[in-house]
Amino acid sequence: MIRFLVGKLAYLIPTFIGITVVAFSFVRLLPGDPVLLMAGERGITPERHAQLTAQLGYDRPVVVQYLDFVMGLFQGDFGTSLATRRPVLGEFFALFPATVELGLCAVILATIIGIPLGVFAAIKRGSVFDQVSMGAALVGYSMPIFWWGLLLIIFFSGILGWTPVSGRIDLLYFFPNGTGFMLIDSLMSGQSGAFTSALRHLILPSVVLATIPMAVIARQSRSAMLEVLSEDYVRTARAKGMSPFRVVGIHALRNALIPVITTIGLQIGVVMAGAILTETIFSWPGIGKWMIDSISRRDYPSVQGGLLLMAGVVMIVNLLVDLLYGVINPRIRHS
Amino acid sequence: MKFAHLLAASTLAVMAAAGAHAKTLVYCSEGSPEGFDAAPYTAGTTLDASGKALYNRLVEFDLGTTNVIPSLAESFEVSEDGLEYTFKLRPGVKFHTTDYFTPTRDLNADDVIFSFLRQASADHPWNQYLPGISYEYYNGMEMPALIKDIEKVDDLTVKFVLNRPEAPFLANIAMSFASIVSKEYADQLEASGNMAALNSQPIGTGPFKFVAYQPDAVIRYAAHDDYWKGREKIDDLVFAITPDPAVRRQRLEAGECHIMPYPAPADIEALKGNDSLEVMEQPGLNVAYLAYNTTVAPFDNAEVRRALNMAMNKQAIVDAVFQGTGTVAKNPIPPTMWSYNDAVEDTPYDPEGAKAILAEQGAEGLTMEVWAMPVQRPYMPNARRVAEMIQSDFAAVGVNVNIVSYEWGEYLAKSTEPNREGAVILGWTGDNGDPDNFLAVLLGCAATGDGGANRAQWCNEEFDGLLQQAKVTSDQAERTKLYEEAQVVFKRENPWATLAHSTVFMPMSSKVTGYIMDPLGTHNFTGVDIAE
Repeated sequence: MIRFLVGKLAYLIPTFIGITVVAFSFVRLLPGDPVLLMAGERGITPERHAQLTAQLGYDRPVVVQYLDFVMGLFQGDFGTSLATRRPVLGEFFALFPATVELGLCAVILATIIGIPLGVFAAIKRGSVFDQVSMGAALVGYSMPIFWWGLLLIIFFSGILGWTPVSGRIDLLYFFPNGTGFMLIDSLMSGQSGAFTSALRHLILPSVVLATIPMAVIARQSRSAMLEVLSEDYVRTARAKGMSPFRVVGIHALRNALIPVITTIGLQIGVVMAGAILTETIFSWPGIGKWMIDSISRRDYPSVQGGLLLMAGVVMIVNLLVDLLYGVINPRIRHS
Repeated sequence: MKFAHLLAASTLAVMAAAGAHAKTLVYCSEGSPEGFDAAPYTAGTTLDASGKALYNRLVEFDLGTTNVIPSLAESFEVSEDGLEYTFKLRPGVKFHTTDYFTPTRDLNADDVIFSFLRQASADHPWNQYLPGISYEYYNGMEMPALIKDIEKVDDLTVKFVLNRPEAPFLANIAMSFASIVSKEYADQLEASGNMAALNSQPIGTGPFKFVAYQPDAVIRYAAHDDYWKGREKIDDLVFAITPDPAVRRQRLEAGECHIMPYPAPADIEALKGNDSLEVMEQPGLNVAYLAYNTTVAPFDNAEVRRALNMAMNKQAIVDAVFQGTGTVAKNPIPPTMWSYNDAVEDTPYDPEGAKAILAEQGAEGLTMEVWAMPVQRPYMPNARRVAEMIQSDFAAVGVNVNIVSYEWGEYLAKSTEPNREGAVILGWTGDNGDPDNFLAVLLGCAATGDGGANRAQWCNEEFDGLLQQAKVTSDQAERTKLYEEAQVVFKRENPWATLAHSTVFMPMSSKVTGYIMDPLGTHNFTGVDIAE
């Protein structure tokens, strides 16, 4: 197991170096620079432009800037946001819990609905249920998040009034930002109704963010289950007179879950990407919305630091999934 | 400190939860502030959350107008030569008392001098209190070249000595960048090594005091009990940050907020039809224009420019693109601005006449570029559509148009290049209500050249002479005449096609009373109340 772990970790080092290059280059490859955007319609003289560029350190050779960025990383310094002048790391971790809370809810929702949907579709292969559920999964997979989010807001919040439009909690509630996780903080606050309010605010964004992963998980579960159901040991189990529940629930599902877990792990990246749009629609104060603002302002340190941190999170999650995969399927570990 | 914060927060929450008749106004703002110090920032979103809510200035704009009135200075005198401005400060003005600062004295001259010097001098210990900070408004309004000295005459008297007479000076220092901050608080922060807190835990003299900010989510303020103009009628002010206009509308309709800025043009009719809402509207202090490069042939010929303007059906453009949220512009300043010359006649829409002039000037069969900006701005909902309509209008008189566009930062930079090809669609929103802020900034000779805001590269001696004269004239009636005359010269020379002035809408719950729209486009909640 240790060799397996070391092997996986060894992969992370070149990946991480590659990400620093991509994160650093990405925002610089975009046309426009922060000083020009700061000046707006007023314009800026070449002298003042040069002065501000030098003040920000962007007049130095790109390689020097890159090395400076990497050296900073070793000291835990991800730079200072050009817009707010606050450390990028602090900004990221102030907003990160909101994204994690939303992302976790979305992944949990996608999993608890997606897997049973796929499994039942496989068991009832070719039935109306199979066709409708897989059709719905395809629609979900193709759904533009922005449009879907607005549609749900208009219907459930605007017309029916069942859910709040946006935000994380009713503005009536006000308590210090303890853990950053609104569900936990609202519980700890002891204020009556705060937890329910936080939960209600999570419903629509979670559904929107879960839609694509749910579709992917459902389709993957179905195909994995179909494959397993045609295996000899399942036929043998059935022939031995085992109940359908035990055959599917114990023998088939466990093996079918292996590729599904990989898929769920990969969906973390999809959820992070989806969070950018979902957070913007629902005014959810997470890193997705922060990244959008930073990109439009060409806030180099925030974009490169944010990308790196997001990539780091995805890498760690994928590592954990790989390890989990090894635990579930020892053959992987020993190969 | 943390415990005190917690206690204050809990008290507020309990009060709110208990419904202790606390009046809370919720404003669905369009974005997050970059900070709460008004001096280093230029974005309206940031200045609404800082300059307007938390601070005052020596002089301010009378709400709802662009008239400058005394504020922290209860009176001021201008010397005969226009070089000295002496401000008499209002006694007894209190700074905010919060859980992180308790002032021991009232506002005095030291606070005023500190607020300006920290921006003026690179050597000032507070100039770079945040790494890489710059004071773009202070520089943009030419304060470094203008202010020679700031003297403390006594505790309640400050004298500004200028290098040259400058009539717009008062309007300039009524802007948010000139907000007065507490020197006592700054000294305390400097001593504790926590200077960055000036930007995150602000202290001002304004109508509201800062309570808390949750990034990208919510800003909370409480009424300043000792406000020198009297306590506000609402107890708490909340900015619920909601970037998407469609979602802002939903929140307003669902009662999650009382007031919202910048509705989507397509939503305005529906909002007006909602009985529980009221939609205030006002002409924006802005202009959208098409600037020719007057240094490049054939656009260096005023007749060619006039012919092109005659070929353009501006009413059709405004109808199609602004959809009832704009009016055709004939002058480079908006009609709500003093000195607007309504006697100026706009270039008529006359394609046949345009064709004849172009033939006469040897410019028939002209091929040119029209630049369309890639973003939506308050003065321009869809530049690409405008460019397409201009392309079609110009084709009718034999002028071929290629539409080009660049990324926004590039667009802003490239459009200032002196040898630029083509005509540029752009616009401007006024900073301070002074005509100089439009005419000199956008059309003055000093603004030509690389990086200048004079995208027409138009330097007309007669026009510029009138502006310079107006700048050193303190009598507003006299200045009005000069600016009116300048607009006549502008229309004769046609360096731009003036396209439109947009209308600004402000939907709000009909329970909200006392809200006054600011022609400068800021959002100010002084005097606002909520009907029970």
